[in-house]
Amino acid sequence: MRTFKLGGVHPADKKISKDAKIEKLPIPEVVYISMGQHLGAPAEPCVAVGDKVKVGTLIANAAGFVSAPVHSSVSGTVKQITAIKDLAGKPSKTVVIEVEGDEWEESIDRSSDIVREIKLGQKEIVERIKCCGVVGLGGATFPTNIKLSPPPTAKPTCVIINGAECEPYLTSDYRVMMEYGEQVLIGGEILMKALGVDKCYVGIEENKPEAISHLKELASKNHPRIEIVKLKKKYPQGGEKQLIDAVIKKRVPSGGLPVDTGAVVQNVGTAFAVYEAVQKNKPLFEGVLTVTGDCSNAQRNFFHRVGTPLSFIAKYCGGIPAEAAKIVSGGPMMGKAVVNMEAPTLKGSSSILYLTKKQTLRHQESNCIRCSKCVSACPMGLEPYLLNKLGRVGMMDELEAHYVYDCIECGCCQFTCPAYIPLLDTIRQSKAAVMKIMRARPKK
Amino acid sequence: MSQLIVSPSPHVHSKENTTRLMRDVIIALIPAVLVSIYFFGLNALHLVAVSVIACVAVEYLIQKFLLKGKSTIGDLSAIVTGVLLALNLPVSSPWWLILIGAVVAIGIAKMTFGGLGQNFFNPALVARVVLLVSFPVLMTSSAFQAPESGYLFGNAPEVISSLDATSGATPLAFVKEQLAKGETLSSLMQNPNLSYGQLLFARLGGSAGEVSAIALILGFIYLLIRRVIKPHISLSILITVALFTGILWGINPEKYTDPLFNLLGGGLLLGAFFMATDYVTSPMTTKGQIIFGVGIGVITVVIRYFGAYPEGVSFAILIMNATVPLLNKLKPNRFAKEAQKA
Repeated sequence: MRTFKLGGVHPADKKISKDAKIEKLPIPEVVYISMGQHLGAPAEPCVAVGDKVKVGTLIANAAGFVSAPVHSSVSGTVKQITAIKDLAGKPSKTVVIEVEGDEWEESIDRSSDIVREIKLGQKEIVERIKCCGVVGLGGATFPTNIKLSPPPTAKPTCVIINGAECEPYLTSDYRVMMEYGEQVLIGGEILMKALGVDKCYVGIEENKPEAISHLKELASKNHPRIEIVKLKKKYPQGGEKQLIDAVIKKRVPSGGLPVDTGAVVQNVGTAFAVYEAVQKNKPLFEGVLTVTGDCSNAQRNFFHRVGTPLSFIAKYCGGIPAEAAKIVSGGPMMGKAVVNMEAPTLKGSSSILYLTKKQTLRHQESNCIRCSKCVSACPMGLEPYLLNKLGRVGMMDELEAHYVYDCIECGCCQFTCPAYIPLLDTIRQSKAAVMKIMRARPKK
Repeated sequence: MSQLIVSPSPHVHSKENTTRLMRDVIIALIPAVLVSIYFFGLNALHLVAVSVIACVAVEYLIQKFLLKGKSTIGDLSAIVTGVLLALNLPVSSPWWLILIGAVVAIGIAKMTFGGLGQNFFNPALVARVVLLVSFPVLMTSSAFQAPESGYLFGNAPEVISSLDATSGATPLAFVKEQLAKGETLSSLMQNPNLSYGQLLFARLGGSAGEVSAIALILGFIYLLIRRVIKPHISLSILITVALFTGILWGINPEKYTDPLFNLLGGGLLLGAFFMATDYVTSPMTTKGQIIFGVGIGVITVVIRYFGAYPEGVSFAILIMNATVPLLNKLKPNRFAKEAQKA
């Protein structure tokens, strides 16, 4: 069975919500659609207060090369364009829309028929994906159209659809594969056409055997060019570099692009969004979100309209459980701790995860016992114990010489450290500082 | 819900912690301790108990009165050192010898450098070697000759019947001594006490921890299953010793003992499984660990065959401990090199 070679850890699986079918979450009375939905420059609003919008109406244009347009997820009236605190408590420009009914743009095909024939040409596909505001839904929310327009020097050879879902608890990708598997595979076909390649892999971890057999069956029927690859369960398999290593045994060079290996990786959710954008002309304003956690009152998966306040979802699921000590948006390994439950969902929101105090409270750190578990766990082949030491005294040259900039911030080192040393805290800061220095250097 | 915890990722931690790792090492040492108690009775129990209590007490007192810090005995590492020290001493060690060992191990080799994780040399081994060169008579064979049986490794049943049984030189030391007296190896090997079966299950020469190879192997397997250690260091030591002695044995089987005898006949297994694999004093990367192990293997054989001492493992490990900061300069295999600039 394939997997990535270096490092990795095995956190407990905890896919408690895996059998909950994706339901439609009710639409709240007011939605807050942030302009910072994606990696890169925030989008620029193109509506004014008082404007009437429909579901799918463009409300903001991409503001730069790395940026993506934003569409309304509801029908109603624009009430305000103002700064609203995001889940980390940081203000972000937001379009506030008061909901009236649920009227969709006529251009969107709302039928549930599966459209197999790809009518658009290569360039039109990329343009459509761009116009529909599709971004990577695996966590980084990188605009998808950019990944589909590789630099002329790169030679893409295959598409890899990321169905690893290696983070514990999260089940949104799994549900999409189970319920919208055909759409995901058609999404794969579209991505292949957009890149002009002939091969597509779907990497799925072994802990999802139903998804593997389901997609294998679908692929054997209609998609001979798509190969379903069973992967060993290991975190961070869903990391782009690790997934490419696992599936096609090629390594993304340090500082290089994933496409340097020939592979273009897209998440399962993204492939589904690509299908909807290209075949149904549906912009990305809806996502799949898991509500879970050992202490959670509900274990459910939802289609949420982008901009729904997290508190609305929590309330719909029986409220925030009393034992919850930390709420995480995303997985427990790389997700973000929620500061502000009034914050709205984004395109890339994948979960509301409740963790108990026992699960998440950090322990007092003790002496490093040089057990080398962090070195063994690092999927990038770094020495976290050393980077931590160097980082604490600010030795920037040494940090660079030990490749701190290669860190993917997966958290394996800190997860595994028996002395409870917050390795990634220090390394993350050191990495940012070193990369700032490196960027400031005159280019030769 | 009153207040939420907010901190950067990762938000969960594995079940591992220092105390748990140390507890696993203690569990892994239990077979060796039990075998020792089975054969040597109260003497062995006395040795282990005094050693553990002394090590914990020394650490507690130093932490409290000299370093004036929070007590660190809860991490169980002092107990591990105590058990290892006991297993490295002859069963008949008097209490004061054990106490000196504890002061050297914990006081000098560990706490002087700043406590757990800071020391360069394996504390229990430093103590063993200090005692070995300071009290050679107490620490080696001649003092422990059992009166009736001329040899040091009397028959097991006899020994079991006598609670006063003591341990002494290892078979390896015995053979080296006899060879020096002009005995031939082939005649020495006729001794039933030197049979492989005896070596594997219960030989009665050597320090408390060296009685049964099987007990040590069981402990090693436990450590591997619990992922406390990886096998690289131990295996590279054993393979190196086997190859090196195998070559010499092949050249002159009358002068040099065979590889299996070298693996089982002395303190090698205890050293390779439990002393060389000490986290603090071994290298961080797989490459470093393999070089470390090979180094220990080579130095061990050189000392055994060409040095003054019959046993070389302790010295070999300590010498290689000193190279660890250098070996840690070896970087692990990186995920990928820098991108080619177009």
